[in-house]
Amino acid sequence: MRRRDFLKTMGIAAGASTIPFLKFMPAEAAGRDGTLVVVTGNGPNSMDIQRKGTNRPSYQIAVNLYDRLVGYSTKKLENGTLMYDYTSLEPEAAESWTIAPDGKSITFKMRKGATFWDGTPITAQDVKWSFDRAVSLGGFPTVQMKAGSLEKPEQFEAVDDETFVIKLLRPSKLTLPDLGVPVPIIFNSTLAKKNATADDPWATEYLHRTPAGGGAFMLERWDPGQQTVYKRFDGWKNGTLPGVERVIIRQVPSASTRRALLERGDADVSLDLPPKDFAELSASGKFSISGVPIENSMTAIGLNLNFEPFANKLVRQAIAYSVPYDQIFKQAAFERGIPMWGGKSKTPATIEWPQPFPYDTDYDKAKDLLKEAGYANGFDVPLSFNLGLAQWSEPMSLLLQESLGKVGVNVTIDKIPGANWRTAALVEKKLPMHIKNFGGWLNYPDYYSFWVYEKGRLFNSMNYDNPKVQELTNATLHMEVDNPEYAPKIKELIGIFFDDVPLIPVYQPYLDVAMQKDVTGYKYYAHRQLDCRLFTKVTS
Amino acid sequence: MDGNDKLKMILGRLLQAIPSIIGIVIVTFVLTRALPGDPAVYFAGPAADEKSIQEIRVSLGLDKSWPEQFWIYITDLATGNLGVSVSTGLPVAEELTRRLPASLELTFLALLFSLAVALPLGVAAATRPNTWVDQLCRVVVTAGVSLPVFFTGLFMVYLFYYILGVAPPPLGRLDIIFLSPPPITNFYTIDALLDGDFETFGAALAQLILPAITLGIFTLAPLARMTRAAMLQVLSSDFIRTARASGLRRSTVLYVYAFRNALLPILTTLGMVFSFMLGSNVLVEKVFAWPGIGSFAIEALIVSDYAAVQGFVLAMAILYVLLNLTIDIAYTLIDPRVGLDG
Repeated sequence: MRRRDFLKTMGIAAGASTIPFLKFMPAEAAGRDGTLVVVTGNGPNSMDIQRKGTNRPSYQIAVNLYDRLVGYSTKKLENGTLMYDYTSLEPEAAESWTIAPDGKSITFKMRKGATFWDGTPITAQDVKWSFDRAVSLGGFPTVQMKAGSLEKPEQFEAVDDETFVIKLLRPSKLTLPDLGVPVPIIFNSTLAKKNATADDPWATEYLHRTPAGGGAFMLERWDPGQQTVYKRFDGWKNGTLPGVERVIIRQVPSASTRRALLERGDADVSLDLPPKDFAELSASGKFSISGVPIENSMTAIGLNLNFEPFANKLVRQAIAYSVPYDQIFKQAAFERGIPMWGGKSKTPATIEWPQPFPYDTDYDKAKDLLKEAGYANGFDVPLSFNLGLAQWSEPMSLLLQESLGKVGVNVTIDKIPGANWRTAALVEKKLPMHIKNFGGWLNYPDYYSFWVYEKGRLFNSMNYDNPKVQELTNATLHMEVDNPEYAPKIKELIGIFFDDVPLIPVYQPYLDVAMQKDVTGYKYYAHRQLDCRLFTKVTS
Repeated sequence: MDGNDKLKMILGRLLQAIPSIIGIVIVTFVLTRALPGDPAVYFAGPAADEKSIQEIRVSLGLDKSWPEQFWIYITDLATGNLGVSVSTGLPVAEELTRRLPASLELTFLALLFSLAVALPLGVAAATRPNTWVDQLCRVVVTAGVSLPVFFTGLFMVYLFYYILGVAPPPLGRLDIIFLSPPPITNFYTIDALLDGDFETFGAALAQLILPAITLGIFTLAPLARMTRAAMLQVLSSDFIRTARASGLRRSTVLYVYAFRNALLPILTTLGMVFSFMLGSNVLVEKVFAWPGIGSFAIEALIVSDYAAVQGFVLAMAILYVLLNLTIDIAYTLIDPRVGLDG
């Protein structure tokens, strides 16, 4: 029978073009035991996260098909959801690591017996080649490596097959966690080099379509724009073998269809639904809905200091007092998040980030502040949002427009297409008032500040400039959290954000995933893509 | 006109199409670049710095002048290379050969459904004007155009899949348990038949039915209206009166004389409806997760993916030329008075 033959002859990580002709997925897929069906709005556009132009859904390939040196350990939230524990790392391809007494290098010991899918052992040379690649290719991978002070190939050394050393440019709390993000994956360098050419020494064309790794899953099929199918790599040594044998990820662009598929039981996991659907599915009680606050991220209103009224702190505070927080949270976000308003004190009590800002909807206070600033009659301002995020940004903008009108600020709404958003908001920084949702992979307030509050940084679309913020951010960015100087400095920093409010946080959004009740093991990561390695499906 | 003449005419017509294709190539090239939005910035990702944006710009060839870029595009085109779509990461030619058949298969079936309903309805309405049949035709047609496609689509999914459970899951061209048949034409139904695999054929057809009906309902209106109008006109003309007066049977008058003469405007409408459907069924594609060409083009346009947009427009232009030619040839078969050069 042909489908049986397929199982036998199925090679390693066959690309879509080499799929043998057979009519059905192997038998167990039909029965769906051990097969997880995921429906999502968007799919990967490359199998290589380090390629130029790779989209966000492709990060899942790096997570599921490749290993990193280290991974994050898991903690359990109050609602039972698993979440990565950023503060504690666990071994993945590296069995152990030690930081040199002088703090200038980290030595990793590779796990013995771990192999790539084709049986080649995973060695320190593979790590060296892969890291060299990440810092040499340019673009996103290089920028992300740099965040962990990993900047040039000379920093990486394969001492022998089992020993890999990173020489540190500076001691930084960001280096080790940065090795757990999706970028620094370990390629099968022997296989990759075989497929490299003189023009393409890093085998970008080959790895773009054909993954070459040793992760928990192998690629069974990739039909771009339609589906990605993973098959478990049974020889995986770098962690606990996944609970499902096969994962089928289908791209279904319409959110309504994705919801119907879940409700009919044809899909096990449904991603990217609008907040309203998650709220309703959650109320129905028939599905597990996992809503995890997205770390180091908030939905906020940016006020551009180059726009004259906003240069005045009193005006910014007035705006912060006229935001209809509660309405936005209920009607635009459907309560799928954590409120970031109504903080008790103007000085932060903890170094938690994000934390509620000390503002609430208070039109009288706003009017007084506007009068004091000399804008008793209000002013006109355009409010921009990214059309790609219209689902929640549009109702949010309309609510803002209505309530700012009550204090005399006349808002016109300006919708910006996704392709132009980055240029207008982040590069030219020309939007007077806009809706932001930046999130940082590395979860520290100083890291957020580095990207969003520091002068000239890409995500500082507010043109905010405060030398004190600069000074505090630079002092804390690489500092260990347990350093006694860290907490006071961070509190001072957050206090400045409270008072200056170039950015008015509204809520910290949830990352929502809807699952059938028999699916367990979902774990949230900052990169917001599914880690299929932890899923199990209980069959009754 | 003998066969040889006809062949010459067809070749002539194809030659005539060359200038318009060249025009289209130039216009799309200029238009894509005149769009706002910088693809290099977009594809560099949100956290990119100036240096990596510049690297992307160079790798996309966007640092060169327009004439230089155009020359590269033309020389690539001459070798059949349509470039690589940055957003999907695949060669545009590959995307088109996979997505165009998906769209064509859906559109053909939708047209077939549409014709099967619209022609009898239109003819019936024309032969009995202002009776209940005519009113029915009017209602169906009005409902067809006034219901937005995404609404009909979602309603169909809701009714036939969600409530009744008779339709397969709206998961694109094949349900999860099936694998695509060996690609020959890339029309799944045809490929499955060629492979002698009736199970996959049935599965592919089942996936097609709901989206095809959704799309078909929308195109009922122009076809039914045109059939009715053309039939009314022909039925009131002198030669029909003569035929009737000569005592020919009603069915002979209707189908042999009247309908055949009414076919020309219907065919013209058909051609227009077809090309319109092919590119504009984005909403149907979205609702049914259909990997067609419409959503590919829209997504490419949104992110300023030049190669993909150019490839799409070029493919559509060539398709349109071929379609027009086919329809013109069909004219000559229906009505010998029409010449290809006319």
